[in-house]
Amino acid sequence: MHTLQDSLTPSPTMPLSTGETSRERRPAPLIFLILLWLSLLIAVVFLLTLIVNIVLEGGSRFGAQLFTEYPASSPDRAGARPAILGSIWVIGVTAVLTIPVGVAAAVHLEEFADKHHWFNRAIELNVQNLAAVPSIVYGLLALAFLSLLGVRDKNIVIGGALALSLLILPVIIIATREAIRAVPSEIRDGSLALGATKWQTTWRQVLPASVPGIATGSIIALSRALGEAAPLLLLGALVFVSFDPNGLLSGFTTLPIQIFNWTGRPQEGFHELAAAASIILLGLLLLMNGLAIFIRNRYQKRW
Amino acid sequence: MLADTTASKPEALTTASTGGPTTPSGHPPRSLFAGRARPGEAVIKLVLRLAAAVAIVTTIGILIALLVPAIGFFREVPVFEFLFGDRWAPRFADASFGVLPLVTATAWTTAIALLVAVPLGLGAAILLSEYARPGLRKVLKPILEILAGVPTVVYGFFALQFIQATVLREWLQLDTGAFSVLAAGLVMGIMIIPTVASISEDAMSAVPMSLRQGSAALGANRMQTSLRVVFPAALSGIMAAVVLGISRAVGETMIVAIAAGNQARIVTGPLEQGQTMTGFIANAALGDSRVGSLEYDTLYAVGLLLFAITLLVNFISIRLVRRFRQAY
Repeated sequence: MHTLQDSLTPSPTMPLSTGETSRERRPAPLIFLILLWLSLLIAVVFLLTLIVNIVLEGGSRFGAQLFTEYPASSPDRAGARPAILGSIWVIGVTAVLTIPVGVAAAVHLEEFADKHHWFNRAIELNVQNLAAVPSIVYGLLALAFLSLLGVRDKNIVIGGALALSLLILPVIIIATREAIRAVPSEIRDGSLALGATKWQTTWRQVLPASVPGIATGSIIALSRALGEAAPLLLLGALVFVSFDPNGLLSGFTTLPIQIFNWTGRPQEGFHELAAAASIILLGLLLLMNGLAIFIRNRYQKRW
Repeated sequence: MLADTTASKPEALTTASTGGPTTPSGHPPRSLFAGRARPGEAVIKLVLRLAAAVAIVTTIGILIALLVPAIGFFREVPVFEFLFGDRWAPRFADASFGVLPLVTATAWTTAIALLVAVPLGLGAAILLSEYARPGLRKVLKPILEILAGVPTVVYGFFALQFIQATVLREWLQLDTGAFSVLAAGLVMGIMIIPTVASISEDAMSAVPMSLRQGSAALGANRMQTSLRVVFPAALSGIMAAVVLGISRAVGETMIVAIAAGNQARIVTGPLEQGQTMTGFIANAALGDSRVGSLEYDTLYAVGLLLFAITLLVNFISIRLVRRFRQAY
């Protein structure tokens, strides 16, 4: 048994076997380890503080009214019903638009593309760069695109979904590529050896094997789109919506936009509503992230 | 050169197979690639390629969407005046289009965010990569993922209502108004921790175990191994993580739109309020600006500057990542 003091002044007679632990127990490595833990601890404490703060502030307003009522000029009558429905519409359309395109692009890049061809290298570089383009730039793009088409009222479900689709497309492509890459080449070789074509191999062997990875990536990407507000702000989604969105061309607002709106109001009651709506949003995101982690741990094959 | 060698690869394979042993009937075996023609599959391949091309179309779309109005803007306002003017008042009667106030606010929030995110993110990365056992990683990584998944508008609400109003003003009694670049920057820093942590952890995990074993064999403890062997070996990946963090901080919109303030003045201290580039775009979008008006074009001029900055930063990051991927 060596105390801290012992290990500080190593004697030549110290047995070799304790050398390893004693070196780790000097003050410097210990302080270093504490600092490492502290950096993670700060992040965790911050996250917990945020959640507790939001729940305390919004708890009193978190009730049926929030889900059934429309926005109003008084916090006592206001609810987030159109925002919740708007979020469902926009995210639903975004999922339908993005997942097929993202998976197809990833399949092309991983299974069919000649990786040294300039076209495919350009795609690869573009995907990496697009993943880090600020979300608000996608709003500028969607705004310009809708203006070009001559759309007068740009705050429509399909417009918002378009902006969010382009935003999360790189995320889905990157996640799908990783899932496809994780399928061992023996599976492909076996299928090809039995006479299947490249596409049959991809469709019947590679894609089914990578479904858990694709699902995980898609859920995380959609949860990012669900929380995103900046691109929609540019389309003018910060409007007083007092009706349920009912189609691709319907006007809409979403939960994050509604939270932004309420945060900006002077009355304390609206801040509580913003916190209450944040509880819904945080709950949905925890649910989606939890689902993604569950799928990853439960269904992902280790080859 | 590279394209040439791979283009000839399938050919080489087919010739190899025809040059192999012949079938009992005397016919040379059919080439591996000369199956029945399948027009359906050609269509599928085309569709897949088109889907991948969406990425290129998007980039071109962004460039056109930003450049066309920005060119209109720079016809009215000289580029020099835009980049180096120190007064931003696009909506006033005596309009002035010096973007420096917006740039200083972005620089402050970004710098504060990095001061938080880089040490904490790297600390978390070293802990996960060098110390944590697989079981612990399974618990800690989802926490970081949740931190990355919190919507930025919720972070913004928290920055304004709790960090600024309660912590900075009530508890610390700091001399600051309703908004500050400090509150926005601090929260943004926490938001970026997962970005910095996960990319630098990837880089450190890619360092071969033999380097760590060599270091331990020479008598180094884990701290020395982490700081003097693993850290330098993973440096390009760590730099890439920091650079990507910069890109996220510069482009982040909702936190600064809510908590940093909305008056465009040169920011000289962390307790001041300030409007960032993204904050301006978000705020200007709330007003109803007609397509083709100078106000509309102003939006795109600032957007172009923002895009140019993040593009530059992203390419640096991509290059750095490539370097560490190639190293081992």
